[in-house]
Amino acid sequence: MIAVAHPTTTWYLLLSALLFAIGVVGVLVRRNPLVLFMCIELMLNAVNLSFVAFAKRMGDIGGESTVFFVMVVAAAEVVVGLGIVVAILRRKPNATTDDLSELKG
Amino acid sequence: MQLFVFIVAGAMVLGGAVGVVLRTHPVHAALSLVLTLFGIAVLFIAQDAQFLAAVEVIVYAGAIVVLFLFVIMLLGIDRAEDLHVEPFKIQRPAALVIGVGLVSLLGIAVIASREHPVPTVTPSQAVTDALADPHNGNIRALARDVFSDHVLAFELTSALLVIAVVATVILARKPRKGETYIVSGSAQ
Repeated sequence: MIAVAHPTTTWYLLLSALLFAIGVVGVLVRRNPLVLFMCIELMLNAVNLSFVAFAKRMGDIGGESTVFFVMVVAAAEVVVGLGIVVAILRRKPNATTDDLSELKG
Repeated sequence: MQLFVFIVAGAMVLGGAVGVVLRTHPVHAALSLVLTLFGIAVLFIAQDAQFLAAVEVIVYAGAIVVLFLFVIMLLGIDRAEDLHVEPFKIQRPAALVIGVGLVSLLGIAVIASREHPVPTVTPSQAVTDALADPHNGNIRALARDVFSDHVLAFELTSALLVIAVVATVILARKPRKGETYIVSGSAQ
């Protein structure tokens, strides 16, 4: 019975939903800016997983090319984000996201 | 067999994700992220997206996580964060409620719509031909799609990457004496 069960698109989408929610909770709970970026990566990967699942289900390669572009944008986002983190943490080595409220003018 | 792969890879993905959120040490969190990314790559292969699985391992696990580890070591913040400090009392319960609510909403939507007929998409002739190729069908079809239908977006991503690199160099370098384009807190 269980041996013939086949992971369908629904299973992948549920896994993707779980992964996305874990990323959201991480962004809301953690205060280290680097870990925040890792949680954003989790959310991006959850969306990538659902894109690939839909691409397979609909037989459309467009979903996979979207994932390709998402990866490029994610790489650019991490590079700029870590640049900002380096600039801030060099000044205040123990800064958390709460301390960044001092940035307002 | 496919079920086994899905369960193992899914456990890797979820275990790594929980590790990213719960590990107090930033290096441990980054290594948990690697576990998640490898699980995602396995699921990509199970969904016939071989090229994206390779890109996932090379770009995410290879480049982005190494960048994270590099910044952690560069700044010397590789020590555990004290998770017992809680600036807002309501924050963690509220975050948990939001997370559970999000999973419930998405899960209900996915399960409710699983019997809906999917719209059929007719890919262009070039993509169909490429997919029919028994060797490297996936990567050929992806190349046809990216370099024909989405070639403008592809060119724009190259501009985006150049802009990101220049911006990061300007952001992260130490300002020379006399330069005030980064307004410091002490200068105000």
